[in-house]
Amino acid sequence: MGAPTPAPPASAGAGARSGALEAIYLTPGADIDGFRGAARRLAGRGVPPERVLWSIGEAPGLFGTERPAPADDAPLNLPRGVAAIVARVVLHRDPERYALLYDLIWRVLRGERRLLEVSSDPLVHRLERMAKAIARDLHKMHAFLRFRRVEGSDPERFVAWFEPDHHILGAAAPFFVGRFRSLHWTILTPEASASWDGDTLTFGPPGRREDAPAQDGFEAGWRDYYESTFNPARTNLAAMRAEMPKKYWRNMPETAAIPGLVRQAAARTGAMIEREPQMPVKRNPARAVAAMADQAPDSLEALNAIIRRSEPLVPGATQAVLGEGPVGASIAFVGEQPGDQEDRQGRPFVGPAGQLLSRAMEEAGLVRADAYLTNAVKHFKFEERGKRRIHQKPTAGEVSHYRWWLDRELDFVAPRLVVALGATAVLALTGKQIPITRARGPADFEKPYAGFITVHPSYLLRLPDEAKAQAYADFVADLRRVHELGHSLAA
Amino acid sequence: MDEMLAKKLRILADAAKYDASCSSSGAPKRSAAKGELGSTTGAGICHAYTPDGRCISLLKILLTNYCLFDCAYCVNRRSSNVQRAKFSVEEVVTLTMEFYKRNYIEGLFLSSGIIKSPDHTMELLTRVAKSLRRDHGFRGYIHLKSIPEASPWLIEEAGLYADRLSINVELPTEASLERLAPEKDGAVIQHAIAQIGERITQAKAEKRRFSPAGQSTQVIVGADATTDEALIRKSALLYGSYNLKRVYYSAFSPIPDGSSILPLKSPPLQREHRLYQGDWLLRYYAFTPDDVADATEDGMLSLDIDPKLAWALKHRARFPVDVNRADREMLLRVPGLGARAVDKIIRARRHTRLRLDDVARLTSALKRARPFLIAADYHPAGGLTDRLDLRARLADPPQQLSLF
Repeated sequence: MGAPTPAPPASAGAGARSGALEAIYLTPGADIDGFRGAARRLAGRGVPPERVLWSIGEAPGLFGTERPAPADDAPLNLPRGVAAIVARVVLHRDPERYALLYDLIWRVLRGERRLLEVSSDPLVHRLERMAKAIARDLHKMHAFLRFRRVEGSDPERFVAWFEPDHHILGAAAPFFVGRFRSLHWTILTPEASASWDGDTLTFGPPGRREDAPAQDGFEAGWRDYYESTFNPARTNLAAMRAEMPKKYWRNMPETAAIPGLVRQAAARTGAMIEREPQMPVKRNPARAVAAMADQAPDSLEALNAIIRRSEPLVPGATQAVLGEGPVGASIAFVGEQPGDQEDRQGRPFVGPAGQLLSRAMEEAGLVRADAYLTNAVKHFKFEERGKRRIHQKPTAGEVSHYRWWLDRELDFVAPRLVVALGATAVLALTGKQIPITRARGPADFEKPYAGFITVHPSYLLRLPDEAKAQAYADFVADLRRVHELGHSLAA
Repeated sequence: MDEMLAKKLRILADAAKYDASCSSSGAPKRSAAKGELGSTTGAGICHAYTPDGRCISLLKILLTNYCLFDCAYCVNRRSSNVQRAKFSVEEVVTLTMEFYKRNYIEGLFLSSGIIKSPDHTMELLTRVAKSLRRDHGFRGYIHLKSIPEASPWLIEEAGLYADRLSINVELPTEASLERLAPEKDGAVIQHAIAQIGERITQAKAEKRRFSPAGQSTQVIVGADATTDEALIRKSALLYGSYNLKRVYYSAFSPIPDGSSILPLKSPPLQREHRLYQGDWLLRYYAFTPDDVADATEDGMLSLDIDPKLAWALKHRARFPVDVNRADREMLLRVPGLGARAVDKIIRARRHTRLRLDDVARLTSALKRARPFLIAADYHPAGGLTDRLDLRARLADPPQQLSLF
């Protein structure tokens, strides 16, 4: 496939070896299929670029220049970059484009496989510039095309008239589909039109400017916006024209405002500078300014109202589960996140792990009703397996998302000691990932309260039976130390 | 569009125009599914240009220009006599949707004066974004200007709906902030920027949506005495430690009803331009803040030559550079060679020895580059880099991008 075979076809009068020119006729516009077929045929027969005459339009006379079916010729083995630049450059309006592209293909097949890497080569340089012109034309069409709504249309239908420089409608249309998928629209150009009916993209005959609505109800507002967002103190017409050349202006309603804006710019700026600073006419809203500082929730109830209104970060939970216990409790327990039971009842530590915690507290001499119990994350996160909702551990991002509330909550409760139950609670309170086994016991959270780290009761539930008893005893022992610490801090 | 809405639009677009950031870039590419409207392209699209040469990409408006703050540089400060207005959430949603459908904009850039309280204001901003996403299937770009004084959980929520969050540093030093923006607090601003930065990083790691187009900020240039060097160092810190996507420099501009504690005249726009060039050297040309500082005189970048050229003129001994041999880092230091030209040089020289004509096809600024490079058929004669008049020969003609 790669090696060209210069075998003259018997039928062609002008063979590759003779010096005669070979004429190729392609259809107007971007005839990528025609070019691909011709390039395969010519390269396959070893016809050098200087003996090909590329023309656009119908072949003169019907004899001798029939187009063979493209399937007859083997595809050319070209680097991917070549195919990409061909697809771009065929869209260019320059009549020389096919000759240049065939030149490129010829050289790539004749030993310069990596020719496209040599941007300094005059041919590559020229093709790159043409590809860039296409990219720019596409970009400007995406940017500067303006839709007008067909009055009274339902569902809404929009029509635009646009005049691209090159043959790009086909290449530009997918962008509009991806963006305006829920609308019905038509783009008219002097060469062809494209329509989207919410489902299918179709191409049709050329359009005329008059085929688009003459006005749109939002154009005046858009022009208002355009005028108001302009800063006369920074007038820079060259920069505007470089990015938005005048040829586009006639299809952009807002550009009608430009002459007026430019005319008044200097005077408006001068007036701003010359005007002496004014004393404010209105009274200084001193009380409102002072009140502004009091926005933060001023009580646990106020904070809880905010948490209750919030949506779960991961969708699914029935409700936010708030902390429970007296404000001013000397000991606060922070768990991980509500589980299935907590989510249904809207109370913390009421499921199996919570019941285990209650039992252990009792054995350690702690009164649950005197303590404050809450969770680092306020919503239940789970995976549904059949009818069961299986708890899922919160990620570090979820803990961060909720940690502001935990911080404020503990500010209001103001305990002397905070017990972190498990790694998630430690992460929420310290911002650090700390292995529980190493850190178990009294800890410094760098907060106004003392800290203590132990396991989460759900950990005990997951242990194999033979390990459970010992682990539970250790947990109760931890809670006893908590109890003592609580007392000594009170003293 | 009814006249009341049009009037509000005029007031609240005028009030928002002093924020320089306009880009719709950085969001991951996405497009509308069935029944949805909107897409993002990665690089963003400028849908129009105003006669100040600036791009209109987003509908840039304030929710309201009533404001309890009194920042001297701001046209909307409470002591200003400008006309005031306030949009409802629904009005902003309507404008965004209708403008978007007509291909006027890439999306919305919404900011606001502080009314009632920072929390109240932030809640309103988030409600607009949430309504666009949830109620209208809007997939276009949303940039929310966050209020650093708002409670942190509100910023958490805003990040779920916005493509980009930004908080303006406004003034680079604590002292200026205190003098010109009495209600603002540098530590609070820094803290909020850090919160957003941390959550963006975390969300990326967890493949979750939080301000996917990153975070940007704006610094006002020329309202205080901060030098270019200090501004660039501040930016380097924001890029390095807070992972910001963009720092915008906004030359302080005269505003209607200006405050008496501001300088009367705006700094030359050329200064802003040079700062952007210095910023690019940090981000795309492997310059350190010290390198950029090295290109300044008394902390200020020259107005008549670009910072890369200024650096090269101070380090003439490191030139000329051989385009056929030098490493990428050194090629990037050659004035007139952009990052893209450098990449093309490196690719092309694997296959050919580059002559001066070849280089001319790879950069549009050969005149500036020429004294600093060696090509296969070219060596700057007689040590051109040593010529004393080199600076004068390469400087821009002494006219400024300014009105007067």
